[in-house]
Amino acid sequence: MLEIGLSHYLTVAAILFTLGIFGIFLNRKNVIVILMSVELMLLAVNINLVAFSMELHDLVGQVFTMFVLTVAAAEASIGLAILVVYFRNRGSIAVEDINVMKG
Amino acid sequence: MPLAEVPNLVPALPEIFLACAAMVLLMFGVFQKSPNAAEEANTARNIGLVAVTMLVLAVLLVAMVGGTGEASLYAFGGLFVVDPFASFFKVLVLIGSGLTLVVSGDYLKRQGIARFEYPVLVLFAVIGMMMMISANDLISLYLGLEIQSLSLYIIAAFQRETLRSTEAGLKYFVLGSVASGMLLYGSSMVYGFTGTTSFSVLAEMFAGQGGHTPSVGLIFGLVFIVAGLAFKVSAVPFHMWTPDVYEGAPTPVTAFFAVAPKIAGLALFIRVLTGPFGDLVAQWQQIVVLLSIASMVLGAFAAIAQNDIKRLMAYSSIGHVGYALIGLAVGDAAGVRGVMVYMSIYLFMNVGAFACILAMRRGDEMVTQISDLAGLSKTHPLLALGLAVFMFSMAGIPPLAGFFGKLWIFLAAIDAQLYTLAIIGVLSSVVAAFYYLRIVKVMYFDDVEESLDQPVGREISLVVLGTGLIILLFFVYPAPVINGAQAAAAALFAG
Repeated sequence: MLEIGLSHYLTVAAILFTLGIFGIFLNRKNVIVILMSVELMLLAVNINLVAFSMELHDLVGQVFTMFVLTVAAAEASIGLAILVVYFRNRGSIAVEDINVMKG
Repeated sequence: MPLAEVPNLVPALPEIFLACAAMVLLMFGVFQKSPNAAEEANTARNIGLVAVTMLVLAVLLVAMVGGTGEASLYAFGGLFVVDPFASFFKVLVLIGSGLTLVVSGDYLKRQGIARFEYPVLVLFAVIGMMMMISANDLISLYLGLEIQSLSLYIIAAFQRETLRSTEAGLKYFVLGSVASGMLLYGSSMVYGFTGTTSFSVLAEMFAGQGGHTPSVGLIFGLVFIVAGLAFKVSAVPFHMWTPDVYEGAPTPVTAFFAVAPKIAGLALFIRVLTGPFGDLVAQWQQIVVLLSIASMVLGAFAAIAQNDIKRLMAYSSIGHVGYALIGLAVGDAAGVRGVMVYMSIYLFMNVGAFACILAMRRGDEMVTQISDLAGLSKTHPLLALGLAVFMFSMAGIPPLAGFFGKLWIFLAAIDAQLYTLAIIGVLSSVVAAFYYLRIVKVMYFDDVEESLDQPVGREISLVVLGTGLIILLFFVYPAPVINGAQAAAAALFAG
């Protein structure tokens, strides 16, 4: 019988976090995908925190998770709002179109 | 039998006061009937004035709370700390935000974006910065950082009908969120491998280890936290958002970005690395040295090719962060004192320089090209003199204040035998002097093509005059800044 331990949770979180980072930097299509990748990163952190919290028998990790969830919601709403005003000006949300300023 | 004690909230009084003030102003703005644009601009102006008054009152409250005791005060179960270090940086942030609010009114009105949300969002950002500066726990660090960042994302995109501003907001949002994600991942690793998020407990834990190499997971977490923070202060190689955001955002917002978040971010950087991770200096010193060298060199060379003065100021601010990080790399009280003096002077130089940039308009259009400054000494002699003073000061030419900022930092580096850092710092400031002096040359020796508009607004003139005098006369009476920084740095390393 295989037991699921801390390292399994950490591996899943690390994979999700890496996917999030790659989703942001390799994605050339749509800004919405970037917003989803950001959420993926934050949720990977939440898995980490809850797993550590259970392992350490300490509630602080779960409290931290609550705060991260709240902030992630606010962050997503602000990101979408900025995306909407951007779309009104540009008429497109393709990543390769975000190039008025070269940097 | 009471269920709970009344908590002692006095240490957080300035933040609570500002939060209440910001929310009242928000409600006032929302319920104000503004039938036309002129009246809306008027409401925005009044709310801006009240916001500046609130920032001044907050400075007094910070002084009052900081003056009650010489040791550290804790609130919210140890998540929040007030010590001389925090008070010093809070005053800097409040002054910077207040001055940038004062100079922004005229610009916002001319651009037709004088909306009451701007001062309110600045107040919210300031609350976040003050929480960052006072953070004594990974949770309060993250919350302070996010309160600040979420407000900043919005004001970067504040000119919502122009493509450049919204693009700046979008870029800042995406890259800022990545930075927050990395910082959080680092925090979760540190929590997992130490079992605590409190800075005080972490500091005790590492002090007991006596130079033992900590676990790989912990180092991993520390690296992620440093990367996230480097992003927020725009240190190379995490600087890629800076030039675009500075160029695209409306100029008053750029002025605010260049001053307040940068000072707060550096304060947080210093607190995290010298506080909980102070005994792991061997682990983080190399990273900070690399960040510092890369920022100084890139700040010096990349700015040479710029034609847009806001973009130039972005690279200049990256370079300045590089110099400030030298002081952090030193990692002792002398180094931190150097950073504090440097950031105080940086604040006045940058506010002054941006006030001059805000005065650049031609035919009621704002212009930001360096070539637009040609012959400024003939049409606006005083403005040209002011900008020249700020440029000479940024280049570090004695006896202006910028020279002393660099002097303290380099002396600390030499005392700590970080000769490479000091030498690269001096060389890159020589290179940087080239583009600062180029602006002076354009103003004084090029011919006027088309004059900039007269007259310069009253607020801008006053701010340029005030900051210019501070920069010019700093060497006469530097004691308040130097002594304050000395006491604050000593307190940081004592406790």
